[in-house]
Amino acid sequence: MATGFHGVGAAVAALSSSPSNSFDSKKLLCSPRRSFPVRKGASFVVDRSDGSVNLDNNPKARRAQQLIVNAVANKADSSPASSSSKPGHELLLFEALREGLEEEMDRDPRVCVMGEDVGHYGGSYKVTRGLAEKFGDLRVLDTPIAENSFTGMGIGAAMTGLRPVVEGMNMGFLLLAFNQISNNCGMLHYTSGGQFTIPIVIRGPGGVGRQLGAEHSQRLESYFQSIPGIQMVACSTPYNAKGLMKAAIRSENPVILFEHVLLYNLKERLPDEDYICNLEEAEMVRPGEHVTILTYSRMRYHVMQAAKTLVNKGYDPEVIDIRSLKPFDLHTIGNSVKKTHRVLIVEECMRTGGIGASLTAAITENFHDYLDAPIMCLSSQDVPTPYAGTLEEWTVVQPAQIVTAVEQLCK
Amino acid sequence: MALSHLASSSPSRSANLLKPLSSAISLRRPISTDTTPITVETSVPFTAHQCEAPSRTVQTNAKELATFFRDMVVMRRMEIAADSLYKAKLIRGFCHLYDGQEAVAVGMEAALTKKDCIITSYRDHCTFVARGGTLLEVFAELMGRQAGCSKGKGGSMHFYKKDSNFYGGHGIVGAQVPLGCGLAFAQKYCKDEAVTFALYGDGAANQGQLFEALNISALWDLPAILVCENNHYGMGTAEWRAAKSPAYYKRGDYAPGLKVDGMDALAVKQACAFAKEHALKNGPIILEMDTYRYHGHSMSDPGSTYRTRDEITGVRQERDPIERIRKLILSHDLSTDKELKDIEKEVRKEVDDAIAQAKENPVPEPSELFSDVYAKGLGVESFGADRKEVRATLA
Repeated sequence: MATGFHGVGAAVAALSSSPSNSFDSKKLLCSPRRSFPVRKGASFVVDRSDGSVNLDNNPKARRAQQLIVNAVANKADSSPASSSSKPGHELLLFEALREGLEEEMDRDPRVCVMGEDVGHYGGSYKVTRGLAEKFGDLRVLDTPIAENSFTGMGIGAAMTGLRPVVEGMNMGFLLLAFNQISNNCGMLHYTSGGQFTIPIVIRGPGGVGRQLGAEHSQRLESYFQSIPGIQMVACSTPYNAKGLMKAAIRSENPVILFEHVLLYNLKERLPDEDYICNLEEAEMVRPGEHVTILTYSRMRYHVMQAAKTLVNKGYDPEVIDIRSLKPFDLHTIGNSVKKTHRVLIVEECMRTGGIGASLTAAITENFHDYLDAPIMCLSSQDVPTPYAGTLEEWTVVQPAQIVTAVEQLCK
Repeated sequence: MALSHLASSSPSRSANLLKPLSSAISLRRPISTDTTPITVETSVPFTAHQCEAPSRTVQTNAKELATFFRDMVVMRRMEIAADSLYKAKLIRGFCHLYDGQEAVAVGMEAALTKKDCIITSYRDHCTFVARGGTLLEVFAELMGRQAGCSKGKGGSMHFYKKDSNFYGGHGIVGAQVPLGCGLAFAQKYCKDEAVTFALYGDGAANQGQLFEALNISALWDLPAILVCENNHYGMGTAEWRAAKSPAYYKRGDYAPGLKVDGMDALAVKQACAFAKEHALKNGPIILEMDTYRYHGHSMSDPGSTYRTRDEITGVRQERDPIERIRKLILSHDLSTDKELKDIEKEVRKEVDDAIAQAKENPVPEPSELFSDVYAKGLGVESFGADRKEVRATLA
């Protein structure tokens, strides 16, 4: 049973359900062996970005093995250690998505892709390029411009056991399929008393781009977050894009994978071996002591840029990419809050009813006692995204605002 | 003795029924096992759009007719009982009754196998029963009890039966049609050689997603059959006020269509068999079932503000599906009036027993509130990549 060695930095803790978690940092550093059962035939590794299990003991040991160096300087380096193991291969984010999708399609004949221009055109963001030639027209399906019905068809197909990946050319277009996503996708497992699962993946780019205009700059995660029964994840690096894509396809639950229009060309070195990112887990981007900054998707990069400035000013921010928008990984987040006692949320959703608003409520409810200051949430303005470049810049959160916020929070 | 049945015939409209083309007036075997073929003509010929209409002549047998009769009586009794239960406040919320339309459910079932999929709207109680659902499951679900087909969590509009490929049971008008085309897509993908019947009403026929789904199904050659159960009223609005073109079987344009008398179970069976054969070879086809519902749209609708009581009683007298089969059975001397009445009594008792049993059934446990939200009860637990082992408790 071969398990890939994933390197020193990534915390490879066997987070089993055994109560007595003897946390041996030495053991962690040198023995890569996992103790969880691996499916026969597949050798894969789970990237646990945060090794913390029970933090009541050994915070120092935990810090020692989290050798995520220079997280501030680099952008998407969630797995810096991968380069120290096998060479791996470099991919852009959209290529990473494609690779994940292709691997899953190879692995499971029930996986198919539906969307506008995904087939012969190769995908408007090239995520599905080459797949139609490889898998044929019945597995990579070009749909007419009819989101409501082809999303519904994907859900119907999922009810029988197929695993469709439905692409919205822009997440904003999925508003037309809201009924299907909310009522049929999210609720059918419940209203049928558990008879049907809907293993569908709905994915597409969203977020504020470069002067794309109001209708093409929407953040659908805030609209979908209340739908019961779905899971939502947001990818931000090529590594987690591929990992989350694969995990989403393998999940029995309907998963909405949010990509960002501006992140498709990020480059990163990915490991050659098979791996998956845990759908419900947050990613520790930069451990710190003074303040917890929670973010996701594109804002992660604004935060890291601000972190550079903050470090120079003497602050030590802990940056967590929450990745899982529904459900929140309150385990990782809570542990961080218990350590730093200050929280700043930086998101691209609008102020009203966004992911940040829900996250603020969740943290306040669960970790109120650990907070030394009220939670600060930086979100986009409650306006339609304007076309003019300068105005668009002011709509979203910029690094300078993040720096100011941290300074205020840590006063 | 046969003549006395013929003599008791009602108006000339049913004259067609009483003229069997080849009757077997012989020693009468027990009706429920007799499979000697009987040939009957449907009440009216089929009207076709872009295809050749099937023949009016239908093959059936005593066993089938007996099954039709019994099944429709069960459905009728069940719906009427649901009416009383609703008025007694044991059923809450929305309750959409199917009485009058039973022929569509039984006729369709006779033409299909359990490998074929059926998906319908919220008027799903009888279709569920036709697919093999039990009366207890129906009443328990309507009353929100554990023994319900959806464990009491779905309600009247969310009946499902996965093992007989019955996909529900949907509350939003028209949303089931794209789902149905997705089922057909899966059947084609997996090379099932089976078809999907996606049922909707004349009200839903004006939904855009229907035409979107039909377009995609036609492009991809999916074995999808769209069945419009035209009961002439979309909630409280008559069809001529809602649709510029109420010829629903023609509205597929490029897709062929067939108009069927939905009150004649044999015509329904013939049309569905024809449609199944057609869809497997040529892609989607539309069936319009000309039918009628005696109740209002739902229990909160008296059903008489937008149509006259005379109209309702008129249809009941002239076109009632159960009466049609009864007359067929009697005219072919397959059973006696008394035997049929005995069946009705028996069914009544069966329904009453099921209701009593359902009333005894407990309400769901409080923990059921949180089960089945996610597969494997996710929510507050984080699973590893293989989705099998619980990694952490998140909250």
